[in-house]
Amino acid sequence: MTASQADVQQEPPPGGRRFRVSRSQATQWALYALSLAIVLAVAFLVDWERLQDRMFRWDLVRAQFPEVVTQAARNTLVFTAFGFTGGLALGLLVALMRLSTIRPYRWAATVYVDLIRGLPALLVLIFIAFGLPIALGIRIPGTYGRGAVALAIVASAYIAEVIRAGIEAVPRGQMEAARSLGMSRGQAMRRIVLPQAFRLIIPPMTNELVLLLKDTALISVIGVTEATKELTRFGRDGVNANANATPLVVAGLVYLALTIPMTRLAAYLERRAAASK
Amino acid sequence: MTGRGHGKVAPAIRVRDLHKSFGTLEVLRGIDLDIARGEVVCVIGPSGSGKSTLLRCVNLLEVPTSGRIYLGEVEVTAPDTDLDRVRTRVGMVFQQFNLFPHLDVERNLTVAQEVVLKRSHDEAVEVAVAMLRRVGLEDKRHEYPARLSGGQQQRVAIARALSMGPQAMLFDESTSALDPELVGEVLGVMRELAQEGMTMLVVTHEMHFARDVADRVIFMDGGVIVEEGPPADVFAAPREERTRRFLDRVLAR
Ligand SMILES: Nc1ncnc2c1ncn2[C@@H]1O[C@H](COP(=O)(O)OP(=O)(O)O)[C@@H](O)[C@H]1O
Ligand SMILES: [Mg+2]
Repeated sequence: MTASQADVQQEPPPGGRRFRVSRSQATQWALYALSLAIVLAVAFLVDWERLQDRMFRWDLVRAQFPEVVTQAARNTLVFTAFGFTGGLALGLLVALMRLSTIRPYRWAATVYVDLIRGLPALLVLIFIAFGLPIALGIRIPGTYGRGAVALAIVASAYIAEVIRAGIEAVPRGQMEAARSLGMSRGQAMRRIVLPQAFRLIIPPMTNELVLLLKDTALISVIGVTEATKELTRFGRDGVNANANATPLVVAGLVYLALTIPMTRLAAYLERRAAASK
Repeated sequence: MTGRGHGKVAPAIRVRDLHKSFGTLEVLRGIDLDIARGEVVCVIGPSGSGKSTLLRCVNLLEVPTSGRIYLGEVEVTAPDTDLDRVRTRVGMVFQQFNLFPHLDVERNLTVAQEVVLKRSHDEAVEVAVAMLRRVGLEDKRHEYPARLSGGQQQRVAIARALSMGPQAMLFDESTSALDPELVGEVLGVMRELAQEGMTMLVVTHEMHFARDVADRVIFMDGGVIVEEGPPADVFAAPREERTRRFLDRVLAR
């Protein structure tokens, strides 16, 4: 990339197309050689045995199972499921408010979305977990309650924007045709516009789901009980208990086992949606 | 055959001093129009003259800035009118068909019958099949719109509007998006509809259709009705210079 860009910037020499190609090939070979040198240097300089002992000790890897799956991954998925379901419901409401003909609804929804998207998710989470209970004197009940509610609220702002984009991508004629048949705005939205919008937003929504799954890691900060330990907290506790990074590496691998298939699925859905146009 | 003065029966559609502005742009500048029951009125005129806006005002997809619109005896511009009910009584056919792509043909025809008219599913299907037969597409009832030709899609759109049992039909350049070889089948359906006595307000660039089928032709320009009359008169001997120039331009093509 950089090699050909550098070439483009130079004056092409007279009759120089072949010359240019061979020059950019030479640059490429030089880059390969450099990369190889770096890889070799790392391979020789790093103390592999020590690295494996600190990061991937087999007995510790084995010790993480089955809890890393039955407890940690399970809790991560439970938080994700609660957060996504709540985020979807709330996000749909906010998206519809943003597209409402009633101005105060639009304003409220815009403020909500801007506020939450403009703040770090961690701050929102801490605020909902600690700030709100202090300020309003309410306690969100349930084992998963605080974490799930906080995640749902964070997710809803992002999901609302995805849904709004989806609704706006449905041609105006669809709403008009439905209205001309006597459907109310709500009926037309529910029967005609939303089903089409949801088809459009399945790929970006899958990406939101991946983001949310990773954001469950933030819950480890707002305090979890033994029963609600999710992957990151599980890995961190393992690191503290063993003075060894292996548990965190295992947790990371479990994350990847969950997120990479989802990311691939999203990419596949996106390609399929693009192809069917 | 001017559509006026058909005894004591109220006209199907009555428009009085209709004005419509978008912001500072005044698109309709005082339209008066009576359409008798069973009358076919074709609206012609240059692009941007407000033809679509007129149609969209009649079924209240646009809210008029001022003026009154009556369907039969009912003033639909009255503040207490149930707009959704009004719209079921006027069918609209769009240039871009606007079929619901996620529903098959039959569902396209039944969904509003069930949701709006509260017909049972079986009843709605029965009506749908009858309307599809009317436009010659009974065998396509389980296809999705994307698998139909443009002409077939537009015929389904007409059947969809008819399945609500409208008292009048509005057509907004319903053949303009079609390949030339598909125009005929749609005009054929419209012609039959006219012969069956449907009240129709048709915006069209198909001058042959206007000449053959219309009881009356209206020429619009700049948001007003410049000239109207039986097609024979308007086409053969336009009174207004603007009409003459427009006709010269479109008929030369
Ligand atoms: N929703 C709208 N907002 C603003 N301007 C509009 C809108 N709809 C139509 N117009 C304008 O009104 C004028 C008349 O439009 P239209 O009724 O579609 O004319 P026609 O159908 O005769 O071509 C055009 O100048 C158009 O740009
Ligand atoms: Mg138009």
